[in-house]
Amino acid sequence: MKISFAEGVAKAIQESLAANPRVLLIGGGIMGLNTAARALLDPVLRDFASRIMVTPISELGLAGAGVGAALAGDRPLVDLSTGSFIFQAFAQVANEAANIHYMTGGQTSVPVTFYSLAGRRGGGAAQHSHATQALLGQVPGLQVLTPGGAEDAYGLLKWALLESRNPSVYLSHPLLFDETAEWIPHDPFLPVGKARIRREGRDVSLIASSIMVPRALAAAETLQRQHGISAEVVDLRTIIPLDRDTVLQSAAKTGRAVIADECHHSYGVAAEIAATLAEKGLASLKAVRRVTMPDVPIPFSAPLEAEITVTAEKIVAGALDAVRAA
Amino acid sequence: MLRIRRFEEQCIQLAESKQFSGHYHVYIGQEATAVSVCNALGPEDFVFSTWRNHGHLLARGAAPDRMMAEIFGKATGYAGGKSGTLHMAVGELGVPATSALVGGNLPLATGAALACKRRGSGVSVCFHGDAALEEGAFYEAMILAAVWKVPALFVCENNSIPPAQRKRGQFTSSTLPAAQLADVPQSLQIRTEIVDGADADQLAESFERLVGEVRRGGGPRFVEVRCTRWPGSFPLWPELPDGPWQIAWAFDGKPDRADLALWLEQSDPLTLYVRKLIAAGAVTRSQLEAMDARAKEEMAGAARYAIDSPFPAPDQAYRHVWA
Repeated sequence: MKISFAEGVAKAIQESLAANPRVLLIGGGIMGLNTAARALLDPVLRDFASRIMVTPISELGLAGAGVGAALAGDRPLVDLSTGSFIFQAFAQVANEAANIHYMTGGQTSVPVTFYSLAGRRGGGAAQHSHATQALLGQVPGLQVLTPGGAEDAYGLLKWALLESRNPSVYLSHPLLFDETAEWIPHDPFLPVGKARIRREGRDVSLIASSIMVPRALAAAETLQRQHGISAEVVDLRTIIPLDRDTVLQSAAKTGRAVIADECHHSYGVAAEIAATLAEKGLASLKAVRRVTMPDVPIPFSAPLEAEITVTAEKIVAGALDAVRAA
Repeated sequence: MLRIRRFEEQCIQLAESKQFSGHYHVYIGQEATAVSVCNALGPEDFVFSTWRNHGHLLARGAAPDRMMAEIFGKATGYAGGKSGTLHMAVGELGVPATSALVGGNLPLATGAALACKRRGSGVSVCFHGDAALEEGAFYEAMILAAVWKVPALFVCENNSIPPAQRKRGQFTSSTLPAAQLADVPQSLQIRTEIVDGADADQLAESFERLVGEVRRGGGPRFVEVRCTRWPGSFPLWPELPDGPWQIAWAFDGKPDRADLALWLEQSDPLTLYVRKLIAAGAVTRSQLEAMDARAKEEMAGAARYAIDSPFPAPDQAYRHVWA
């Protein structure tokens, strides 16, 4: 059966609440401003009303309370709403949650999930459009989950809520809600930490995560149809842990890597992958390109925003450039 | 109280002789607070502390030798040397995580209190200083504790210093423009109480009652414990003015330093409590001396244990990133 990304999120929350009484929701916005997606979650919020905490707009307090409840034995999902708001909560996410297991010498673990609706959503402007995975990737002890498909939206969230022993930031994306994927109930889930090859190819590897996954797939389609170029699409699924092996294997096969990412260009996820390729994959590499957001804040005006957005067309251009270079 | 005092003095002496490195904070002058709070708690309760945690941990039952080893960064410490003094925690004693960020532990304690409420047992105690009220985390945690009505007890140990010294810019904490600290949580409908940190009996009475109220579902409480800072904690690095505390000071002896003498007379919970016991005939000087000898010996043993313990192997740096 096909499910949408938003259905996957709602299903994961519903099944996790049903499966373990220790799961609770600290905040239940989850779907942001998308009314159709919110309707998917409404029955869950009704059925489990007693396990959904009333939340003032106190991101720091809510994140910390999630950590506190987790170290006392609960498994909370903390809704941190729009991705940029994680800055409000950052002290608790980066300096408490991520450090506690280490600082206590392994005495205490913190299985909390921070849900963050991150990324450029269109019209969000500078303070509501951050893609935070690269920033979060600099915090050892945090798992950074970046689903790019509906089956992973479901599987990664359910894993975080029911199985993970560490704190996770689950980066949802408002423009992924309608993306669909084939989903088979009770099908074994690809282990967390393994990248997913979404499309096999020979000439160039498109490395992507989150919203970049459907765009890289669209780019691969265009490359095949219009240019006769066979592109492989690697969906990272998680930024931490990062499946470097699959990236290296794919790049070794195709000889070219185009890394698409919604973070800013410098010091980003793409930069990290490019560095990995340089350190460990140089022998078999002909070209590496980064297709990322320029190092500017996100503007409101539509043409300005379009100028800097990482689109399928830009990924195609990056791939053509890589193929022509060598 | 006496054990905490002797532990902290031992710490200062070991730091001064360069036996361990790193900044640290001692609990001298606040001992009665930790002891009276922890006496009112049970094993299922949670305690959240700060960078000034030695007294809280000892009162909760932590072993001085393993604490001292942790302060030294040794493999035998509670966190195998990963926390040092700043984040010392003992999971098995219900001290799951200690934050060394001002105000950092308030949301944690509130969340643990939420877990207690959901499971129907336990309370969560949050020790913090007066400067925590200057952080946004304080305000947010108070809102959550009040809205969720969780079994949390916020123990604010106000060891603030005289205004004259604040003006010189030496200590930027305690710069809260409220008439009373308790006014802030009170404005959010949290019941508050102000207790004298030098009065061990009053502290014991208050915390026995307040922990009971919180445990019975009465919602959060905020207590301001008013402590006067021990003169040894004014310098950037702690030091012992006139050496370790002497039993004689509870009788007719007096330290040379006038500020210390005044502090002992007016503000030291240990000296005042000992005098009270003596006046009531509850203890003799020789009993006190025997008790003190045991405490000193215990803490000297903790120091030896820390010194003799091995450092962790370098590869331990990679352990415990992930559970």
